[in-house]
Order: sequence, then C-alpha cells, then structure tokens
Amino acid sequence: MTTQSASKIDFSKVDEIIQSYGAKKSNLIAILQKVQETFRYLPEDAMIYIGTKIDGLSPATVYGVATFYAQFSLEPKGKYEIKVCDGTACHVRGSMPVLNAIKARLNIKSGQLTTDDGLFSLETVSCLGACGLAPVVVINEKVYPQMTSDAVKLILDTIFQEEA
Amino acid sequence: MNIDIKLEQENAKKHIEAQGLRVLVCAGTGCVANGSLKVIEKFKNLGADVSTLSGYDKITIVPTGCHGFCEQGVLVIIPDKDITYVRVKESDVEEIFESHIKNNTPVERLLYTDPHTNEHVHKNEDINFYAKQTRTALANCGHINAESLEEAISVRGYEALFKVLSENNPDEVIKEIETSGLRGRGGGGFPTGRKWRFTAANKGEKSYVVCNGDEGDPGAFMDRSVMEGDPHKLLEGMAIAAFAIGADEGYIYVRAEYPLAIKRLRKAIADAEAAGYLGKNIMGTDFNFELHIKEGAGAFVCGEETALIASIEGERGMPRCKPPFPANKGLFGRPTLINNVETLANVPVILLNGSQWFSSFGTETSKGTKTFALTGEVNNTGLIEVPMGTTLREIVFDIGGGIRGGKKFKAVQIGGPSGGCLTEEHLDMPMDYDNLTKAGAMVGSGGLVVMNEDTCIVEIARFFMNFTQHESCGKCVPCREGTKQMLKILEKIVAGKGEMEDLDILEELAIAVKDGSLCGLGKTAPNPVLSTLKYFRDEYIAHIKDKKCPAGVCTAMKKIVIKEDLCKGCTKCARICPVAAISGTVKNPHVIDQSKCIKCEACVSACPFKAIVKE
Repeated sequence: MTTQSASKIDFSKVDEIIQSYGAKKSNLIAILQKVQETFRYLPEDAMIYIGTKIDGLSPATVYGVATFYAQFSLEPKGKYEIKVCDGTACHVRGSMPVLNAIKARLNIKSGQLTTDDGLFSLETVSCLGACGLAPVVVINEKVYPQMTSDAVKLILDTIFQEEA
Repeated sequence: MNIDIKLEQENAKKHIEAQGLRVLVCAGTGCVANGSLKVIEKFKNLGADVSTLSGYDKITIVPTGCHGFCEQGVLVIIPDKDITYVRVKESDVEEIFESHIKNNTPVERLLYTDPHTNEHVHKNEDINFYAKQTRTALANCGHINAESLEEAISVRGYEALFKVLSENNPDEVIKEIETSGLRGRGGGGFPTGRKWRFTAANKGEKSYVVCNGDEGDPGAFMDRSVMEGDPHKLLEGMAIAAFAIGADEGYIYVRAEYPLAIKRLRKAIADAEAAGYLGKNIMGTDFNFELHIKEGAGAFVCGEETALIASIEGERGMPRCKPPFPANKGLFGRPTLINNVETLANVPVILLNGSQWFSSFGTETSKGTKTFALTGEVNNTGLIEVPMGTTLREIVFDIGGGIRGGKKFKAVQIGGPSGGCLTEEHLDMPMDYDNLTKAGAMVGSGGLVVMNEDTCIVEIARFFMNFTQHESCGKCVPCREGTKQMLKILEKIVAGKGEMEDLDILEELAIAVKDGSLCGLGKTAPNPVLSTLKYFRDEYIAHIKDKKCPAGVCTAMKKIVIKEDLCKGCTKCARICPVAAISGTVKNPHVIDQSKCIKCEACVSACPFKAIVKE
C-alpha cells in the first residue's frame, strides 16, 4: 500500500458514511462502497479509520475485504471510468479488439488502471448482463451497445474534444 | 385480514383501463442502452395533446421491464393495436404516432422482419422468437410497468400470498412446492420443496430467507430481467417462502453491476411495505417479513450460498464447510433458506395455478419451465423461457432463428464457467438437469452461448479457465493453484507451444481440482476444459501438432497475408498499419513483414479489394 498523508482525507466524511449505515461489521461492504463513491477509490487512511472505528474489525480485516472484491480500488480511478465487458457473449463477439482499440487510443499499458492525466481508467468486467447487445462498453454508467474498434474510438474522440 | 385482494385487483384493473391507450416501451438495461428513455420522452411529449387521439381520451406511456428480445431494442408494444415495433429510435416516434396511433396505419418499416421468410410480423406472439416460448417466471416482464405496484396487482400480484395467508397452513405450502417438482434454478437443481422442509424443521427463535441475486455467470441475465421487470413477483415469492419456513427477515443479495435492478427493488419494497404486503402485520395478519437489499461488490464466488452468507455478514466472500448447511446454521448462525431469483419467481405462479399445472410442463425429473439467456452467434439473441426438455435445436434454430450470417453451427456453451459444451450430436437431446449432467454440462443458471465455425474452442476453454482462476477465492489449494496451472497450460497451447502430454496433465489436474475443492466453483471449474477435450480433442491436437488454429482465432498461429493477384497497390493498408509492417510501392502488390505484424487485422478490414486474408 502506498502511504498518503492523512491531511488529504476528510475523516468527517467517512464518519458520516459510517453513521448513515450504522457502525456494524455486517455493513462494512456498503460503507466501503460509499467511501469509494465519495473518494473515487479507497484511501488507505480511510480503511484504517474504519477498521478502528467499528467493533469486531481491524484495519487488516478491512484491507482483506477491500482487496477481495473486484469492485474496490486502492488507487484513484479516472474521471471517466471505462469498463469493457468481457463476459462470454461479449468475448465471442469480439470484446478484445475493442479493448485493444481503447488501450491504443488512451495509450494505456497492460496492468495500468488510470491514465497519467487521471482522465480515464480502464478495466474489464466479467458480465454486465447486457449480453443481447454484445460487445458492450460502459463509460460512467452509460452503456454503449454493439461496440466496434471504430465506434469506440469515435466515442473517446468526443470525450477528448469535450475535455480539450 | 384487512386486505381483500380481489377488490384490490378490480381497482388496479380500473386504474389501468383509465390509462386509455397503453404504449409499452421497454426500459430494461438493454433497451435503455439503445436509447429507450428518449423514446419514452418523445412519446410523452406527443401524447400530451389528447385532442389528436382517435378513439381514446388518453394515452399512457408505460416503461416496462425487459421483453427479452434485447437485440431488437428499443421495443415498443401497443397491445390494443396488436403490434410490436422493433429497433425504434427517437426519430421514429413521430411517425408511429402520426401514422398508427392517430390514423391506424401501421409503420411497416419498423416491424420485425422474419429472417427466413423476409415478411413483416405484426403481433408479438407471431414473432418466432416469442411463438415457441412458454413464459411463467417471465410472464409479466415487459407487459407491466415494473415500478408500479398497482400494475403488478392487476396481473394477480400478491394473490398467492393472500391465499397462503388466508389458509394459514405453512406445511401445505411446502407440500405444494414439493409436489410441483420445482428445482433450484440457480445451477445446482436441488429440489426446492425439500430445501424449504429442511429449513422449516430447524425453526427456532429466528430464521432468514435469502434471495441469491448474484447472477455472476457471464452470459446470463434472467435474474436481472426478473428483478428489473417484475420485482413484486420476487418479493411475493420471498414472503411466501418466509411464511412457509417461519422466517421474519430476509435479504436480497444483488450484484453491484445491476444498478437498475437495485433501484427497482428498492422502490418495490417501499411500495409493498406502504400497502401492507410486506413489513409488519402483512395484510392484517400476525405475519411479519422485513426485507433488506445487500449489494454485492464483484466476486463471482459469492453466488455460492455459504460465500454469499459470509458476504452479507460483511466478510470476504469465501465458502464455508458444509455441513452445517445453511438450513441448520446459515446467516448470523441462524437457519437460512437460500433460493435463486428465478426459483422464487416461480413460487407465486405455482401456488396460483397449482402444482399439477406446473408439473405438466417439463420432463420426468425436471418440471416446469426454464429461462435461458440465448447469446452469441445466433440471429435472435435475448432472454427466453421454455418448458424443460425443449431441445437445443428448437432453441437455436426456431427461437434463435439459426446461426448469424449463414455460418455453420459449431457448439453451444451452456451453464457458464461451470458448464460445458454441447455439439451437433446433442441438438436433439431434451434439455433437462439430468441429461445435461450426463452430457458433461449443466443447466447452471441458463446461459447459452452459441458458437459458430469461427470460434476457437481451445481459446474458449482458456477464456473460462482465466475467469475461474481469477475468481477463485483462494481458500482451497487445489482450486487456487490447480486452476492457475491449467490456465498456464491452455495459454501455452493457444500460443502454439503446447505438447501432447499437456493434454494428459490437464485431465489429471482437472480431477484434482474437482475432488479437492470445497465449493461449486472449484468442483465445476474444470468442466469447460473436460467437455471441450471430450468433443473437440481434434482442435487441441491441431493447435499442438500442426501449430494451427482451425478457426483462425489464435493470434500466435495466425498469419495475415496479402494476396498478390488481388492487391492493386492502393497503399491503404500500409497507411493504416499501426506498426509499419506493410511495405510496397503505389500500384504494385504490397507485402506484410511477418516479424513486425501484430495481427491486429486493421489492414484486413481496410482493404477495399478483400486482398488481405487470415491464414
């Protein structure tokens, strides 16, 4: 884990989240989800804080849960979160060429989550349940159906233009 | 009891009649992605001026759940006019409105065209995709406003719960489910009634009902459709189960990848509580049932019931040893009944129509209907529901409309990463739990991915192994390490570096992983490899001995070449190649430098003369 200076994190926000769900061990996943939604990732300090605040938890348990589930990210995600579905249906209909086209357009390497400018993060997910529209790409909750390498490049171009 | 369900139904029906002309627009995840919200908005704007309507004093746009025919979205159905429009765009709405709604002339170009006869089909029931289906769990999906309690009641929602509560005999309910022959729809196929009886037998201070909505199998989306399209049916099924086993609290565990399902369930629970169908003193009786939603966080293994329980408790979703079974010691150490979404959605239907009716569908050992998510290389992809025992041929060729682009059928992958492949020889086998297990596959959740001759079977086996290896929770060593080794071998084979003895090692490892794993994930993880080795051994051998991928998919063995006689030297390919591997002069045939080529195929699609081919 990388260390982050404590001053960067607003613990009152974390407190608020814990309060809203109830400081119970069984609410840990929901709390972490909300923390991630607020900070766009799970800051180490927030995890330690939660681990000491809730009875029956330790920072190690929180870290264990956070690293177990695919949804949680320990590094900041981009402003645009791109998810390429690589479920069976999408895979059979060519999700990999789409993924490669995005990688090339964003100049993102294998294993890299977020672009250096923090604008995009790219990951594959198992299945979004939109198999009838395969292959599917999701950018910040918006589902783009029946993607091709060319179509996804156009979508990224539009975002680049908006951000320019 | 303080609720008369018949009266509520009459009121709900009146409410629907008062809606005037109903225009159903699909607002499931698939159609929303295709722009259905804009279609709804446009219809609403146009329909605001009622003076233009002929024969109706009002028009109501009903956003529904999934119709299942996602491929053809956005779907618009006008029941009073017996018509289904497909692939409707925002720009088409005005024409439908002017031509059909106002002047009764159907818009032919927006009708479904049968791929075989090339004829336009007007009615929903006449579209081949729907004609061969029998919908019970999905009966209301796409036909009611999924966010309206009243609409659910108009199609007999909560009538079964009313019946059960007024008869007040939990044991009879369990008996009815037992005699119906309903088996778990999530994969295992365990008799549902028996599970209920076990859990009821342990009744103590507190029991739980848990709905497994962690539909993790890639390629399956039936549970999503039920939760999005008819959430009240699921809630009713859960309440009935809770009454039967003596539980007063329940959880629906939904994967976080289904935000729309979560939203609709939350609304449905709030509405049902407010109306007295859930919560304290349901329908004025002393039966209480409090329901919560738990969002998953992206772990496939949480579909396993003990892992799911661990996840609800806030822990890492790792499976636990059985026994004790959840029926004895489940959530928070209490007796817990866990059923899948589709299983629970069948419950109200069985209690309304009787177990006899339900068991009249299906085969000797598998009763009722089953939903399948039909995807991949078929003409009609989408969600279907057919009686158990329907053959693969009927599903792929009648409902699915055959293989896309006139290609040849190769195989069907059924049951996701736990399932197996079925081939041409299985096309006429009646599909039920037992036949599929015998064939080395399983019903699983019901994902059916159709593959044509262009799909590499070895690559698919690698794909599934990559999935299970990634999703293995790591608790059991044979699963954690075995899947990793199996994946390495498969990667080696698709890279063209396989050896014949790898096949034996694969089979040996498969047995070790199966035998040495605690939960279903590990026990079934080798299935895709074993079944493809059984039916497509030739293809493995072609990769190993001939260093050839018969389907032309595996990049390591793929060679992209320019046919000299067809190349006109237009230079288009050389310009598009990202690694400058193509050289040549204008008007002269070009060549690809194989040492530089990354096989991205950009040149193949760019060539206007089809001179560049895969070898």
